[in-house]
Amino acid sequence: MVTIELTILGLGLGFVIAIPISFAQVYGGRVARFVCSLYEKTFRSIPLLVLLMLIFYGLPEIGIRFAPFVSCVLGLGIRSSAYQSQIFRGAILSVSRGQTLAALSVGMTPFESFRYIVFPQALRFSIAPWTNEFTVVLKDSSMAYALGVVELLRQGSYIISRTYEPMAIFLTCAAIYLVMTLSTNKLMGYIEKKTQIPGFETKEVSH
Amino acid sequence: MTKVVLKVEDLKKSYGRNEILKGVSLEIKKGETKVIIGPSGTGKSTLLACINRLVEPDHGRVLLEGEEITSRNACKMRQKIGYVFQDFNLFNHLTALDNVRIGLIKVQKLPKEEATRIAIEQLSKVGLSQKVNLYPSQLSGGQKQRVAIARALAMRPKLMLFDEPTSALDPELIGEVLSVMIDLAKSGMTMLVVTHELGFARTVADEIIFMENGIIVEQGPPALIFTNPQKDRTKQFLRKLTELYGEEKNK
Amino acid sequence: MSFWQIVLVSMPRLLNGLTVTLYMTVFSAAVGLLLGIILCLGRVYGNKVASLLSTGFIELIRGTPMLVQLFILYYGLPSYNIRLTPLLAALIGFSINSAAYQAEYLRGSIQSIGIGQMKAALSIGMKKWQAVRLIILPQALRRVIPAWTNEFIYLLKYTSMAYIIGAPEMMAQAKFVASRNFEFFKVYLLTAAIYLSIVWTISFVFSYFERKLRIPGTVVTER
Repeated sequence: MVTIELTILGLGLGFVIAIPISFAQVYGGRVARFVCSLYEKTFRSIPLLVLLMLIFYGLPEIGIRFAPFVSCVLGLGIRSSAYQSQIFRGAILSVSRGQTLAALSVGMTPFESFRYIVFPQALRFSIAPWTNEFTVVLKDSSMAYALGVVELLRQGSYIISRTYEPMAIFLTCAAIYLVMTLSTNKLMGYIEKKTQIPGFETKEVSH
Repeated sequence: MTKVVLKVEDLKKSYGRNEILKGVSLEIKKGETKVIIGPSGTGKSTLLACINRLVEPDHGRVLLEGEEITSRNACKMRQKIGYVFQDFNLFNHLTALDNVRIGLIKVQKLPKEEATRIAIEQLSKVGLSQKVNLYPSQLSGGQKQRVAIARALAMRPKLMLFDEPTSALDPELIGEVLSVMIDLAKSGMTMLVVTHELGFARTVADEIIFMENGIIVEQGPPALIFTNPQKDRTKQFLRKLTELYGEEKNK
Repeated sequence: MSFWQIVLVSMPRLLNGLTVTLYMTVFSAAVGLLLGIILCLGRVYGNKVASLLSTGFIELIRGTPMLVQLFILYYGLPSYNIRLTPLLAALIGFSINSAAYQAEYLRGSIQSIGIGQMKAALSIGMKKWQAVRLIILPQALRRVIPAWTNEFIYLLKYTSMAYIIGAPEMMAQAKFVASRNFEFFKVYLLTAAIYLSIVWTISFVFSYFERKLRIPGTVVTER
């Protein structure tokens, strides 16, 4: 299903870009920090639809041409990278400074202290917001409709043009999305429970 | 004969299969101070919460001056019962003055000027006339608890319930709260106090109630309970407490 | 055409669209706040039926894409002889959608206040709704400001979707302008820049208000 492909590729691309960015924001020098936070702020502030239009209709003017599907993956990925880098940055920072100090005090190198102490804790902290990001990307993949990608919603409207039952078909689309988001939340909630550190339950409301 | 202010009859409460109160009865006459002691987790706080219906009991009756407290009249009856919490529970978005006067204005519908007058009077009584415009987070723990006491007293209650009022305080702040409570007891207020402060109990209590596992194990005047407890459990508990806190503290 | 010529040519129409965008955002954020408070109180303090209904509604809206909701309102309802203009469909859709999210932010904020405040309010004889109105909501609403800022910005960005059903907001205007002068890249870049500057301004203004409204001594924790 195209919706799922879009979601997973978009998230994956976002993840690959987000990891170095969040690192640079926490551990980088002043210039790197500034550039990365500018990147993050910019792409969090532009509507996905504008980004999609820029990529699909705008870039060909300067000679770069992408297929609708690829444009959508790029758009979803770039925007998601901004949000994901914020998630990872927050998670790394939420592991207290004392943890690093303690790790250094037992003789670990800075890299080891990150690898064995900070990273495992930060990973757990980021599960809940990351799940949330997953469902956001899943839902926003519906905007690929605007570029003519045949994802769930456009598939639905094709069926409507034959059956003339818009309400039933759109409600079915809604139900499919609902099942996907709810089961994702359930699954990730389970993973989160499994990896929980006693006394450090994370709880939050998400978009 | 002095009037009975509070009468508790056979109160029971369970959470799931865990029975917290297994039938507790007690009585407090006007002007009396009774102190409940006992290990943590034995239903002392639940008992207080059941009295003013913050927790709905499964069984039993509570009467305030002969009138039964039910879930229907709870709002009205709670106005007559002052309640002081372990962790203060001051309204965080209101100043000390507003904390004390909000009940007078919104619940008792007093005009603002009168409510303000009463609130300032109560705050002065607990020694906080200089702090009326500060927010809870700007006050020390002891000051917060004194505001909480003033908030309860402003409603002119017939009875004051104290749920471990000094347990959340730093040791050096306990004294200021206890001295307010001692003054209050001496002024003739009817009080039921859950506490581990034996010095306080010895000074003002008319009766000590020792509770464990949801029942009253033993009760009697402090002289008797402290010097010659009848039950072994009471003896063991008191010994542990004196080891922990020291005997003559806060006298 | 040079970039600046494009700016000059397309600005009037884009600004025209921007007013619609801002109007939709402010309207749905406000209506969403009111509905959100009701939904949240229904979920947290309502009886079984109210709680179940609010929870179901909130999860239904949060679990489905906004675009699908817009399509149901705009293309689905006419089969029941309810015909909405694009703008009205968008306003209703965004308000309902935002209500569900705002209800959840508020619920998180109420939970962070703790049960003690409610107990204390009841202990001085307040009725439950008095306690909610005088004690819980004033604190919860203050704490929800950072989340609410986020929601406002989300809405501002998501209103761009209304163009798909034909509401005349900024995206629609951008597409109109671009399809006449074929300068897609520059026009969309300009659109992006307008969104960017507005989002940044709003973030700045809200964080200022948040500092202003803070209860002394308590720090509002960022999401």
